[in-house]
Amino acid sequence: MSFPWAKEYKPATEFGQWMDEKLPLPRFIYNSLGAGYPAPRNLNYMWNFGSLAGIFLVVQIVTGIILAMHYAANANIAFDSVEHIMRDVNSGWMFRYAHANGASFFFIAIYLHIGRGLYYGSYKAPREMIWLLGVVIYLLAMATAFMGYVLPWGQMSFWGAKVITGLFEAIPLVGKPIQELLLGGFAPDNAALNRFFSLHYLLPFVMAGVIILHIWSLHIPGSNNPTGVDVKGPQDTVPFHPYYTAKDGWTLGLALIFFSIMLFFLPNFLGHAENYIPANPLSTPANIVPEWYFWPWYAILRAFTVDFLFIPAKLLGVLAMFSAILVWFFLPWLDRSPVRSGDYRPRFKKFFWFGLIPCILVLGYCGGAHAEEPFVMMSQIATAYYFAHFLIILPLLSRIEKPEPLPNSITEAVTGKPLEQAS
Amino acid sequence: MATVETADSATLDDEAGGVRRRDFINIAAVSFAGAGAVATVFPLVNQMNPSADVLALASIEVDISAIETGQAIKTSWRKQPIFIRNLTEAEITEANSVSLTELRDPESLADRTTPGKENWLITLGVCTHLGCVPLGAAQGEVKGEYDGYFCPCHGSHYDTAARIRKGPAPTNLEVPEHEFLSDTVVKIG
Ligand code: HEM
Ligand code: FES
Repeated sequence: MSFPWAKEYKPATEFGQWMDEKLPLPRFIYNSLGAGYPAPRNLNYMWNFGSLAGIFLVVQIVTGIILAMHYAANANIAFDSVEHIMRDVNSGWMFRYAHANGASFFFIAIYLHIGRGLYYGSYKAPREMIWLLGVVIYLLAMATAFMGYVLPWGQMSFWGAKVITGLFEAIPLVGKPIQELLLGGFAPDNAALNRFFSLHYLLPFVMAGVIILHIWSLHIPGSNNPTGVDVKGPQDTVPFHPYYTAKDGWTLGLALIFFSIMLFFLPNFLGHAENYIPANPLSTPANIVPEWYFWPWYAILRAFTVDFLFIPAKLLGVLAMFSAILVWFFLPWLDRSPVRSGDYRPRFKKFFWFGLIPCILVLGYCGGAHAEEPFVMMSQIATAYYFAHFLIILPLLSRIEKPEPLPNSITEAVTGKPLEQAS
Repeated sequence: MATVETADSATLDDEAGGVRRRDFINIAAVSFAGAGAVATVFPLVNQMNPSADVLALASIEVDISAIETGQAIKTSWRKQPIFIRNLTEAEITEANSVSLTELRDPESLADRTTPGKENWLITLGVCTHLGCVPLGAAQGEVKGEYDGYFCPCHGSHYDTAARIRKGPAPTNLEVPEHEFLSDTVVKIG
């Protein structure tokens, strides 16, 4: 594991020495986040979002545990208990807004982190496992955020729960029983609320566990980098600490400034006013939309409006929505190009910036809009492109594309001098 | 190993006596983050304090017109029992006959009641030992060796002024802040 030139942990104190013999936790930290982890010297800012997502997970856990101290998971009083948090609990409003906006910041970080992987080919050998675990983390995050949004038991909470569990109803034959099993009833009620709370509390800790595996598997090959070229010698790396701890610290500071702006000045900007109306099973809000981070997937769900080959439109939408994410599990084997970084793949680069990214933005926009024309048609075109990108364009490109010449080493790419001379 | 031409501590720094310019940035950044962390920790802890709705119920008004001389009632204030006792002449005399120096927690009956209303003894029904509810407020309960209250948990005896006389409790039953709004209504808290 790691590179042979990684700095060796040397306890500075006698106590450190004693610890190192009994439980080498400081050594473990040193080797994974400290000076003992050599990281490529050319990482750009896109490499900052993994640690940022981790920090926002911690923010969610800390604020979430606090909310759970004051929240009551009972359909009769859940809404009131959230208002109690907002009005009565000391600084309760701050924790609730921090938790609600923290979820958005977590997803911003994780989307940039995933996008980085997609562009720089971080999913390719030898990093497939890191990527697969990342997709698992993302799925867990979606489940967590969905169930969290149900907890305040407002109108959007209730109807969101109803619509999302309704997706399972689309499954032929067993759909209805599955939906009833998930809800513990025929519509969202106390049983559903309680199990969602239980799982909403649990899943972030499961995520933390999978993140540990994610980082463990990262430290076997080490980080990818903007050239996608393997590290070839000590000149290609710098110790993680202080170089990347300082760099991560700086973007953390920036992120916290933006977070504070949202938290203290625009706390409800990303929310829906509708969710300040208590859940009412007898009246559906005019436009049910999930939180912004689900919009692209929601657009894919709604893009299917006609039955096809005897498959009902509803089932198609559900299958497409789940496949849109599940296709990521196959990505390392769909894109066979040996060149990792998009910087050296002229055609891939164009398809990425002018195909995939606009396509996801369009899906995102349509997912948040009313389900009417022209948005339905736009979602249909974008959905088609989305799948084409992964299932047709990437496999084809890896055959026909002629990549640009790769630098001989990271050091050469950065300094212009060959690896042997730069030192 | 000198790797790249990035800052290798020995080459760039070392201005005077091992003090590096970067140390200043380092200390400034860490102090700033530290101050921010302390400012964040305060609300993180303070949220556990009683919330506004709990504090809003912090005082109650009790109608005492129905309590006969020699009787006591139990009521609840801040989710804790309160004893309100209308002392008899004999109980008042008994309380005043004790010399303060004999007491573990010296206080006179006058110290514990409102002037002109010395017959109204208002205390928390919470034993100062470990918090049980002492007996003696309701009719027929044991009042202990000193005719006031008796805590059955570990045997604390309180006298007619609810002062600790015998047993493990360290102090007298606590007298909450209270005020007579009229002859028949007392506000506690
Ligand atoms: C990545 C981790 C997490 C995400 C993405 C997340 C997301 C959310 C979201 C979107 C809401 C609804 C916010 C609103 O509109 O009010 C919510 C509510 C809630 N969450 Fe989380 N959460 C996470 C972790 C946690 C943890 C670890 C706990 C408990 C230990 C927790 C406890 C709660 C509680 C009690 C509520 C209801 C109060 C409220 O609605 O503000 N959350 N969560
Ligand atoms: S609690 Fe009353 S004597 Fe111990």
